[in-house]
Amino acid sequence: MAKKRILPIPGIWSFTVPVNAAAGALLGYMVGSTNGAPFTGLLLGALFAGALAYVLVQHVGSRRTGRLIGAAATAVVGFLIAGFAGFVFGAFVGLILSWFAYWVGLGLYRAGLPSYATMGEVLWHNSFHLICGLIFFFLIAPIVVVIPLSFNAQDFFTFTPEMLALDPAGYSLKHYQDFFTNPDWTRPLRNSFTIAPLATILAVSFGTLAAIGLSQSHVPGRRAIMAILISPMIVPLIISATGMFFFYSKLGNWMEGSLGMSRDLVGYIKVVLAHAALGIPFVIITVTATLVGFDRSLTRAAASLGAGPVRTFFKVQMPLILPGVISGALFAFITSFDEVVVVLFVGSAAQKTLPWQMFTGLREQISPTILAVATVLVFFSILLLTTVEFLRRRSERLRGITPS
Amino acid sequence: MRISSILLASTALTVAAGAASAIDLTVVSWGGAYQNSQLKAYAEPYMAMHPDVNIIWDESSAEAVAKLRAMNEAGNLTWDLVDVTVSDSIRLCDEGLAREIDFDNELAPAPDGTPASEDFGATLNNECFVPQIVYSTTIGYRTDMVGDTPPSSICDLFDLEKYPGKRALQKRPIDNLEWALYCDGVAKEDIYDVLSTDEGVERALKKLDTIKDQVVWWTAGAETPQLLADGEVVMGSTFNGRLFSAIVEQKQPIAILWDMQSFDIDGWIVPAGLDPEKEAVVMDFLRFATDTQRLADQAKYIAYGPARKSSAPLVGKHAELGIDMAPWMPTDPANAYNPHYYDYTWWADHRDDLDARFQSWLAQ
Repeated sequence: MAKKRILPIPGIWSFTVPVNAAAGALLGYMVGSTNGAPFTGLLLGALFAGALAYVLVQHVGSRRTGRLIGAAATAVVGFLIAGFAGFVFGAFVGLILSWFAYWVGLGLYRAGLPSYATMGEVLWHNSFHLICGLIFFFLIAPIVVVIPLSFNAQDFFTFTPEMLALDPAGYSLKHYQDFFTNPDWTRPLRNSFTIAPLATILAVSFGTLAAIGLSQSHVPGRRAIMAILISPMIVPLIISATGMFFFYSKLGNWMEGSLGMSRDLVGYIKVVLAHAALGIPFVIITVTATLVGFDRSLTRAAASLGAGPVRTFFKVQMPLILPGVISGALFAFITSFDEVVVVLFVGSAAQKTLPWQMFTGLREQISPTILAVATVLVFFSILLLTTVEFLRRRSERLRGITPS
Repeated sequence: MRISSILLASTALTVAAGAASAIDLTVVSWGGAYQNSQLKAYAEPYMAMHPDVNIIWDESSAEAVAKLRAMNEAGNLTWDLVDVTVSDSIRLCDEGLAREIDFDNELAPAPDGTPASEDFGATLNNECFVPQIVYSTTIGYRTDMVGDTPPSSICDLFDLEKYPGKRALQKRPIDNLEWALYCDGVAKEDIYDVLSTDEGVERALKKLDTIKDQVVWWTAGAETPQLLADGEVVMGSTFNGRLFSAIVEQKQPIAILWDMQSFDIDGWIVPAGLDPEKEAVVMDFLRFATDTQRLADQAKYIAYGPARKSSAPLVGKHAELGIDMAPWMPTDPANAYNPHYYDYTWWADHRDDLDARFQSWLAQ
């Protein structure tokens, strides 16, 4: 068992109390300015946090008890300012403040560093963590803020006073109900779940074949072919979309006129083909990357044992490059599922997908149903990514067990 | 052999029957509460009467002209009926992208037999355009942010001392230039004469300069109600139906200033070049959707005035809230005390020039 290093305890008056008071002043300033008295808030916040840090560090030995005391004290203060919502918010702030008090007061901020680290190094080490934390915050916060807003009882993108007071009357599931019952949303939902899987299947089949073909050294001009296949990813989408609009219009007219297909079916075929073309580059790139690690002698070994190329592909090559194929498929699916520009050009109203509906919804009617949809999609994406990651690990583990 | 041929024949029959029984009409509109009023007043009753017709909505009216041009060039027409403003209909009709309509024969007469062309009266503009509603662009303000003296004149928009705070205005010269000149002392009937000169445009932009740094420019109809609901602006221009919905349905602390409300007309055009079978269905729907009762019904769902004279007496109460709709109509005498008649013909000639001037002024 590793011996626990004893950390130097900083001076209570020279360091702990002033630092905590500064943190408290910052929080107090924020609370104060929402209540119209920023400087009173700043002063009271500094006093409160300083006093809390002194009491906790000097007199409460158990950190868990200390944190509970901090949370309770701040919750009471919050309750006096803003009722129930203040209580909840205060408890949360109290937990952070008391954690911070111990972190500073007991010198825990040196915990990850060797004892000879200079003050500058300690400062940089912790600033680095702070910067990383801020980066995560700026990445995640805009997504997270959408989730509570989607439960808004009003039809605006606004945190109402009822919502901020955590009053149940300010919340409602009506936007979710709207999403799952209103044909304006159910039809695009169905379309998205029809178009994206079909486009994915096409993109994966063609993309994988292309990647395998292009990885053979004897194919002439393979760099040029590769560049052409990847071009939909590089060319600005609006240009591809305009080109596709005219190209697929002619193709569609031919399918309707000469093959006698219905306009609806032709519309779906056009969108699926266009989305497949957008998804293919992702599949090619991921599969090509996995093929780099693929041992060519395995296919020769399979051939020497009498397997035909098709059998070799499905029994030997495919299982080995599966992780690349799956992540390519995932990208292709998300490309089609998120795509709004091409479908606006190529599709007609019957092929309206979810992003299209969200786009027009945002433009013509700022309705929180869009936020409800966004929330559902966020959770759907998390689920999808987790599943695929789980499957990928499982297949890797299985392959790790099989003797090579 | 025989079984397979029977199967084939029956499949062919089913396919043929399927094709004959379902007709999809793609109707293009503006989305939001407005499209919903069309759905409730015209589309749902029509589909109930004709189960073989299925109406699909496309919220693309904002880019109707550009999209119809592109469809025409590509020979791939996917729209059957398009809701446009009167100024867009002028362009589409001039370019031959919209079909001409024989108003008296193809549209329903008023219940007392008055022919349609007479019943629509002054709202008719060109041979392709079937008017639906009269709406107005007007000012909404936060009742809790204007003190005890709410704004009573359009010129309060330019009064930053009396009503400090941000204003939301549409990001286009139309209405804004007219309001600016009017508040700079130009008489209402002289506005377009003054605007026809370079000095007139300068004068209007100069007036707008006085509030420029307090203006939030909007492009979508939903923006001003959202900004007002958030309290981000103290007042802003938007369509009167949006304000009605924010005030009455969403119960926001907003009120309407009707002074110098700018009247405009919205209606249908039928794209030119539909196949005859489809066109017959579209015209049947159009005849139904623009008859006296249907236009009056639409006013149950949204505060826009019906374009037919004979519909006015039939306007009743809001379908869900049961309040009288008449006081919310832009055409109600109590609201139309000082309206501004937006001159779409003048704008059709000057739009391109003034758009460029306005954009460069915005960028200054």
